[in-house]
Formats: sequence, C-alpha cells, structure tokens
Amino acid sequence: MTGSPLVIGVGNEHRGDDAAGVEVVRRLDSDRVVEISDCSRLLDAWEGEADVIVVDAMRSGRSPGSVLELDGRSQSFPTKSFPSSHSFGLADAVELGRILNRLPHRLTVYGIEALNLDPGDEMSPDVARAVSEVVSAIQES
Amino acid sequence: MHSEREIDVKYLARVEGEGAMYLKLEGEEVVDLKFKIFEPPRFYEAFLQGRRFSEAPDITARICGICPIAYQTSSINAMEHAAGTTVPHVLQELRRLIYCGEWIESHSLHIFFLHAPDFLGYESGLAMAEKFPQKVEDALRLKKLGNTLMTVLGGREIHPINTKVGGFYRVPTREELEALVPELEWGLEASIATTRWVSGLQFPDFERDYEFVAMHHPDEYAIHQGRIVSSRGIDIAVEEWSNVFTEEHVEWSNALHARIKNRGSYHVGPMARYTINHQQLTPLAHKEAERSGLGVSCTNPFKSIVVRAIELVFAFEEALRIISEYVRPAEPAVPVDPAGKTGHGASEAPRGLLYHSYSIDDEGLISHAQIVPPTSQNQLSIEEDLREYVPGRTHLSDDVLQWQLEQAIRNYDPCISCATHFLDLEVDRA
Repeated sequence: MTGSPLVIGVGNEHRGDDAAGVEVVRRLDSDRVVEISDCSRLLDAWEGEADVIVVDAMRSGRSPGSVLELDGRSQSFPTKSFPSSHSFGLADAVELGRILNRLPHRLTVYGIEALNLDPGDEMSPDVARAVSEVVSAIQES
Repeated sequence: MHSEREIDVKYLARVEGEGAMYLKLEGEEVVDLKFKIFEPPRFYEAFLQGRRFSEAPDITARICGICPIAYQTSSINAMEHAAGTTVPHVLQELRRLIYCGEWIESHSLHIFFLHAPDFLGYESGLAMAEKFPQKVEDALRLKKLGNTLMTVLGGREIHPINTKVGGFYRVPTREELEALVPELEWGLEASIATTRWVSGLQFPDFERDYEFVAMHHPDEYAIHQGRIVSSRGIDIAVEEWSNVFTEEHVEWSNALHARIKNRGSYHVGPMARYTINHQQLTPLAHKEAERSGLGVSCTNPFKSIVVRAIELVFAFEEALRIISEYVRPAEPAVPVDPAGKTGHGASEAPRGLLYHSYSIDDEGLISHAQIVPPTSQNQLSIEEDLREYVPGRTHLSDDVLQWQLEQAIRNYDPCISCATHFLDLEVDRA
C-alpha cells in the first residue's frame, strides 16, 4: 500500500461515453490504476486498499458531462439495478461492500453523466471535457 | 463540479442493453408476449471487418465482461479451423483451464447473486447478503478464484491479454499453477456444499420439452472443442452450423432470433450440456448430480441453478486434474495462417454455445464476421417458457406474476447485452 489513492476506471472503451472511467485512468499515466468493465470485481480490485477513487459513467438525468463527486462511505447508492440484471453495477458493489464491511477506509466516486452508450459511438464532447475535468481533480487531490 | 447530499443516480452506466418484456393478457389468455433484448455482437461483426485476424480474440473479448474467454476461444477456434492448424494437447488443456476459471466466475455470480435470491424470497442479492453474509462471502471467494485462474493464465482477469490465435503469449510454470491448488481444493468443497444447498430449494412445478443443443466431445465434458449435437439427433461439425441453424430478425428486438431450420426453438446452456454430456462429468460432479436427483436430463428450467452448481463442482475438479498433469511446453504457441480462408469456431460459454465464423482475405484481414451468442439462441426458448408459464397463473397479482416471469427469464442467466442493468416488464390486462 502506498500513500496515493488507487484509481479504478469502470467502463467499456467500445461503448461511447461508457469509456469515460477507463479514459480517466489512462490519462492519469500512473501505475496506481485499474481498469474494469464489470463491477462485480470491484471488491477484489480494492481489497487491501485504504484510499480508493472510482470513476464511472452514469445516467442520472443530469445534463451530459455533469460530474458528480460522491463519498462512497457516507452516501448510500440506489440499487435498483441489482435484482434483475445480468451483472451488477457500481451502486451494487458499493452497497455490497458496505454490508460485508469491505469498503476501503476512504472511497470517492466520480460519476460522469453519459449521453451516448451505443457500441461504436465516439465519446461525446461534453463527456470528453468532463474526463479532463476529473483527471485534473484527481491529480490535484 | 459540485458535491450534493441528496443522491438520485438512477442508472450508472453499462446500461446500454436493455432487456424488456411485454405481456398482454385477455382473461386467461396470453394474446401477446415479447421478450426484447439488445445485442452488441451485431456492432462487433461490422467493427471486425478490415481488422487483422489476430485481433479478433482481443476485440471480441470486449463484447462481454463476464465471458471474455468464451469470445476469445470461439474466435481462436475459427481462425485455427480456417488455417487447418491443430494446437498441441497441452495448449488445449491450458485453454480448458482458463475456461474453467470463466465458468467458475460466471456460475458463482449467477447462482448466488442473481438466481438464489429469487428462490429465497429476497428481492435482491443485497437483501440476501444482509441475512446470509457467510454465503455471500463464500460466493465472492469462489468468484475470485475463477478470476485468479484467469489472471494466472490470461495475464489479467478481465479481457485477458495473454491468449492468442495459436496458443498463448506466455505459458505458466508448473509452480505458478500448483500454487493455486489449496484454494482450488477449498473451491471444490465449497461448490459441493453449494450443490447440496441449491438442490434443497423449492422449485416451481414446470417442465418443458426442449431440443437441447450443446457441444460434444468423445473424450471430455465439452467446453472448448467438439461437435454440435442435439437431443433430437443433430450431430454436425461446427462448420455446418449454418446448414442446420438460422438467424431471423423479429421487429421487436435488436437481437436476431436463432432457430433450427424447419423446426423452431432450441435450448443451449448448462441444462443442454448436462443432458447431452452428463456421463462425462468428473467423478465428484457425477456423484453430486446423482445425489441431487437430477437424473439423465433436466427439463425444469428453474432447476438450472442446480445444474450450474454441478458444473461448478466439475470445473474445480477439472482444473485440479489439468494442473496435476501439466508439463510446461517449450513453445507457448504455434504459427497459424488463415489468409484467404474461411473458418468456423465454437465453444461452450457459461450460458451456452457461442458460434463464430470469419472469412479472411489474402492480406490476413477479416472480410466477414458472424457471431451468434447463446442468449440470442435461447431467445425463442425463453419466450416459449413464458407463454407456457402464464396460463393457470393469471390469478396472481401483477407484482407476483412479474417476479415469477423475471425469475423464468433469469433461469437462462441471459446475457441481455452482456452488461445490462435492468429488465422492464409490462403486463397489460385487457
């Protein structure tokens, strides 16, 4: 374990704005980063880490490119997606970590509001700007 | 940028594919029923054109975060088939080993987090986790073991980068694999306990007369190689897929519906594999299958959870066998040149047969790609299950009916878009 936070980027690079989280960690140019596309692996990815930042695309109804910074330890996430899906999402992983007492001591989540999530889409300009914004925020933190 | 205290993140991403179901009832009668899925392989088929043949495993692995090995293996098989190359046995065994990791990972996720809560009356895996934290911890440990196998062999746990057409970039040492044995032995015990646990669940009384389709190999419970066989007499080489099966567009779904020509629906996945290949299960898996009372076939789709548990036992036994027999080969791969050829490949993804076909031009670039994932093959079967399930249960409230129908869909562990978040269900009572 080192002093700097582990940054986990969630997403699929072939799906438009879903690439946002992955793009952030690639831009950070650090060896303290992990890319994942399936949040069921989050608990393993942050095992043993005290300070973790997760970046993911989201759809919350905000305008595309909006950035939401959440404290994963103190704020609960809605988990509507959990019961009936094939896989599970970030909110599910965080809530599961909370129940099993497997959250890192410090957990910061950046959600980037997505617009295009179709396979093959380019990242939309608003989201690309938000990616830069989050990269700067992480570098300055 | 701003921080807020009130949170309403309706859907975090990977929501691309949306599964939906529409049901219209008139009295007791089902007058309309549609199960809709979005299916990403269509995009990938176009995206692959013009790419080098050797890129297909890495590109198609991105289709699914849960089953990248299946996509890699089927595409690799197709390229090697095109080239007429046979990979040495020891490399085949390593492919089987990494595939065991994927089955372990996928089956443990589905059994514990997506399927079991239905039977226990919890609306989510999270609700179940609060009551059964130890079960969930075990499930996570099992799942992690699958990931570990994939990491040791694949270089990293998702979208492994170490597999390639012709073999691997690097093969593990015997010591690297032997280090996994104690944890795999724990996994074997835990999966046996899982089988006994899920065998004791209460299952709806519901049987279907499916035509099961799975790969079959004379020497082993087929995963990564074999012929395509059905419970009603189909027995073809993989390259004959399009002689027997066809894909059709239906207006309500982005996915193509696969069917047997002039016949109709068929069923792929654990129940199909079990029915066709159960005699080839490893000893403990075979014993647990007998103990669970499954018999020679499983035709109650709700019991697919038991079959997945038996395949979990199998995957651990098989992984331990492969490791015990492993001798590191001198070469991690053999050369493969499919230029100017067409090839077909298949393998048994956790949720069923995954068929790929590629044509390669003289420069080694892909000129045509076809990918038929298990969920599109099961789509007709899922709809038929729902149609048969509803009559006699129309007295149930919308909520209860919706729950049971969603459960009937989850029986298939559907890879609705290989990464979907939710399933909307609409019941219209005229």
